[in-house]
Amino acid sequence: MADSASAPIIRATGLTKRYGPHAVVQDVSFALHPGETLVLLGPSGCGKTTLLRLLNRLVEPDAGTVEINGQDVRRQQPEELRRGIGYVIQQVGLLPHYSVADNVAVVPRLLGHAPAAIEARTAALLRRLHLPPEQYAARFPHELSGGQQQRVGLARALAADPPIILLDEPFGALDPVTRTQIRRDFRELEELRDKTIVLVTHDVTEAFELADRIMLLDAGRVQQLGTPRELLFQSANDFVRRFFAAERLPLQLRTLTLADVQPFLPPGSQLRELPAKLPVHDALEQLTSGPKRPPSSAGVGALMHAFEQALQAEPV
Amino acid sequence: MKTLPELLTFWQTQAGKLGEQTLQHIGLTAAALLLAVVLGVPLGLWLTRRPRWAPVVLGLAGILQTVPSIALLGFLIPWLGIGPKPAILALLLYSLLPIIRNTVTGIQGVSPAVVEAARGLGFTDWQVQSQVELPLALPVLFAGIRTAAVIGVGVATLAAYVAAGGLGEFIFGGIALNNPVMILAGALPAAALALAFDAALAGLQRLDSRRLVGVGKVLLVLLPLLGGLYLLPRASSKLQAGFSPEFVGRADGLPGLRRAYGLRRLPSVVLAPALVYEAARNADVDVIDGYSTDGRIRAYGLQVLRDDKRVFPPYYAAPVVRPALLQAHPELRPVLAQLTGLLTDSAMTELNYRVDYLHQQPRAVAEAFLRQRGLWRDPRPKVPGAAVVRLGSKIFAEQYILVEMYAALIRGATDLSVETKTGLGGTTICFEALRSGTIDMYPEYTGTGLQVLLQPSPATLDSLNGQPAAVFDYVKQEFRRRYKLEWLPPLGFNNTYALLMRQRQARELGIGSLSELGQYLGR
Repeated sequence: MADSASAPIIRATGLTKRYGPHAVVQDVSFALHPGETLVLLGPSGCGKTTLLRLLNRLVEPDAGTVEINGQDVRRQQPEELRRGIGYVIQQVGLLPHYSVADNVAVVPRLLGHAPAAIEARTAALLRRLHLPPEQYAARFPHELSGGQQQRVGLARALAADPPIILLDEPFGALDPVTRTQIRRDFRELEELRDKTIVLVTHDVTEAFELADRIMLLDAGRVQQLGTPRELLFQSANDFVRRFFAAERLPLQLRTLTLADVQPFLPPGSQLRELPAKLPVHDALEQLTSGPKRPPSSAGVGALMHAFEQALQAEPV
Repeated sequence: MKTLPELLTFWQTQAGKLGEQTLQHIGLTAAALLLAVVLGVPLGLWLTRRPRWAPVVLGLAGILQTVPSIALLGFLIPWLGIGPKPAILALLLYSLLPIIRNTVTGIQGVSPAVVEAARGLGFTDWQVQSQVELPLALPVLFAGIRTAAVIGVGVATLAAYVAAGGLGEFIFGGIALNNPVMILAGALPAAALALAFDAALAGLQRLDSRRLVGVGKVLLVLLPLLGGLYLLPRASSKLQAGFSPEFVGRADGLPGLRRAYGLRRLPSVVLAPALVYEAARNADVDVIDGYSTDGRIRAYGLQVLRDDKRVFPPYYAAPVVRPALLQAHPELRPVLAQLTGLLTDSAMTELNYRVDYLHQQPRAVAEAFLRQRGLWRDPRPKVPGAAVVRLGSKIFAEQYILVEMYAALIRGATDLSVETKTGLGGTTICFEALRSGTIDMYPEYTGTGLQVLLQPSPATLDSLNGQPAAVFDYVKQEFRRRYKLEWLPPLGFNNTYALLMRQRQARELGIGSLSELGQYLGR
């Protein structure tokens, strides 16, 4: 979670990028603290991918600066900068002539790590990502499924243990079942816990599920930067409101937690025993898919009622 | 099918030469291929980084590809002389296009996502090229190298024209001498070489791209070694000769000379007839074969070595015609006869000099000569549907001039229409064109008719003993009997074979005749 007392690990100031007369990123500024996950969200063509690529100098800005750990990135060789930042893209881009193990080992090798250490790290990462090395290390990318390839892509980005990871629609090309599964793994991945993450997506649900903060972009401009709850309940403008309109209810269910509905629950409800940080959505899931279905009114009905009251209590 | 045993015999007797030519051929091809890879691949890589230049460079390489190889060699000779340099450069230029193009195509075919990911992970541009793009483009690149190799083997046959050796020596010798066995003796190994190169590279192509990188490295070592084959030591001696393919093979050419004068220690290279004079002038070689009336003898300061033992038969020029032509148009006979005995050796040398050295048009030279002799008449107006007389010529200036003279005379004195088919490759081609009726007439030389076309027994040759009149009568008689073709009376000059040296060198070494050349070499 964000520790706003520490110095920002990434600071972008007034970033602008034009292609011809067309500005794809306009005057974007933000500061990101270590361990924070920022999701860049917006419709296609809003400039979110360009913004991401400005951070590791795959694109150079026309104006503005990026500082990482207080140092202007332009004072570093772009290659060296990138080796210190994990990078995952939608099409994965595994090197087709490298084995899975060699793909994962790419950055540590570029950095000149010891071969034995590289091997151990690769094996550990593959195991962690549910790709047992005995079975997968020697395979080639074309022998893997899309989901497996993206897991290797993730392992590759993590191999040198960079403090920052950039992800460009990492789950975008996967089928819904695989996507949900990998997203869960992603959330639960220990290696990612203390990383600073910038993730690009156009999937609102994905953004709410993963983000500490969301930056909603349109036509290269920041529409709103804030926590999911702020974007949902204190929308800065009509664009933001309209952007979430279609999925308002599922987003509210994901955003409000049991802690929020607590005051409105009937006293003695068994729901009070669940963790307070659990989103209402997940609590509902547990109530409806558990092995035993409590017929009592203390269940779904009570929760929905409390949820409705909590919504009304939110400032609009 | 007598050809096969003859071919085997030929290979057997010429085994040394065959081996040498094959090695030269491989060496030339490999050297050019290596250079093309060393130049073409980086150029292709550069083009993928500067796509704006791609159409320019590929267009240029494409244009080079369309220049006929023999013309390309022609352009390179004034600049590089003769020998392996122009041959390798020409081969290189031909190999360049497929290699550059396939490098570019191969690299453009690499998935952008892979390149994007590699950059994002911190590959430098050089690492992206060498570790990602090149290995992934290698199969396509290899296909380009394969194409270049096969083209190279083919074009390398032309190296023989610039004294760079290779299997073309047999092929062009065979063409010049109308000897199919000799052509096959060079063409078959050349074809086999092309197939072998192709198969070897195809085998490499099938390997997966990781091993291909290793193979590529092996190839970079192997190609210079193969190229080195070319540099195998050759015999060195006092004088170096350069002969046209025809001269090397025909009985009254080099073999006859060697019999009469020795000349054993005269190493020779083979080169295009059009280049021998240039080679002698530039001192690339010292002794050449030529024709006694060639204009360049005077222009280049060369000297004819006297044929004191009369090895070269007389080569009196005379028109050879299809009798049908004279029967259909009897008025032609007196028109054609106007040139009979009119052209002396010196007159012909002078005319050749104007064309070969002063670069005047053969037609203008012919007209000037006819005007000077009072034979010129303005061409008659064209008669629609007039019969056509087709005049052929071999591919050198003297023949062009003669054909232009005949054309002018016929146009001025008859209503017949004239068509010229000049530049027919050689004796055999002219002769066959005449027999088949593709042309009606061309100027031929008595010696050529005797030696190349009739090929009489040594006994017959002895009986003729090089007597001009005897040779002409024999040729005329035999052509009538065997081919039903008619020799008209000779024009006057004797354009015989000759060995030539630079005047200055000949004087310094005290060589004026072929016997003296033999003595000098034997010393």
